[in-house]
Amino acid sequence: MSENGHEHEHGHPHAEPKHETSPWAARIRAVEELLAEKGILTHEEVEAQIEYMEARSYENGARLVARAWTDPGFKELLLRDTKAACSQLGIDASGTVEFVTVENTPATHNLIVCTLCSCYPRAILGRPPDWYKSPAYRSRAVVEPRAVMREFGLEIPEDTSVSVHDSSADVRYLVLPMRPPGTEGMTEDELADLVTRDCLVGTAVPREPARV
Amino acid sequence: MIRPATAARFRPGDAVRVPNVEKKGHVRTPEYVKGKRGRVTGILGGFPDPESLAYGGAGLPEKPLYRVCFRQTDLWEGYAGPPGDTLHVDIYEHWLEPAIEES
Repeated sequence: MSENGHEHEHGHPHAEPKHETSPWAARIRAVEELLAEKGILTHEEVEAQIEYMEARSYENGARLVARAWTDPGFKELLLRDTKAACSQLGIDASGTVEFVTVENTPATHNLIVCTLCSCYPRAILGRPPDWYKSPAYRSRAVVEPRAVMREFGLEIPEDTSVSVHDSSADVRYLVLPMRPPGTEGMTEDELADLVTRDCLVGTAVPREPARV
Repeated sequence: MIRPATAARFRPGDAVRVPNVEKKGHVRTPEYVKGKRGRVTGILGGFPDPESLAYGGAGLPEKPLYRVCFRQTDLWEGYAGPPGDTLHVDIYEHWLEPAIEES
């Protein structure tokens, strides 16, 4: 028996964590081995799930936003049926998890958190950032959202309401940020480049492109 | 609505209160909204009951899941922000009861 209980040297980027020696990594390996031994999961299924997750990133969200900024019909669809909007862009979000997209406006800024664990629209955006899972963010984002956003460098004006969404049940939330001024005439790809991961959580907003 | 609803007791606009009760085990209703009043802003549909799923149950019957909006100033004493700031939580029907409308 090899170190991992099976031969699995296929050179993917996720091969590295298998050699991690932290207690957490050891525990995960032990759990995986037990699940495989009991016939509940195969190693291949675990690998397939890791590959599924690693194929996703916030760039999917950036594409949704850029299309919504340039196509009012698509924006309407994104806000009404996020799964259908994903499907139109070839993003596979067809699993059992449901999604809702909330729109930032001059009157309302949205911020997403999951206080109970770290629920996140993984099927669209991939894995959440580490800070999203931290007890500090999860507890403070609901109590003092404006202070938390300030620490991210985002000051929300007093005449804009802050809506915090605690996604601790069955629905995962994405923020549709406002299109920044000075972006007229930009292509959809250029617009997508303005949308960072944090813009989709609400701890940032897309910035006006720097003038050359 | 993003999933078909089972028969839903509440409608958007209804004033609701989250019962302030202790329930051991896996519960998706955050502690900080217990005993608080809010307003239903939408019905998300019927979802398997997580309090059954968490223990290997089938989650049936499905529970209607609501979007409930709370005023931040109702949730936290000394909330540091304007009175228009809100907090939205998705709450299953058995964690909601009707609240008397404020005049």
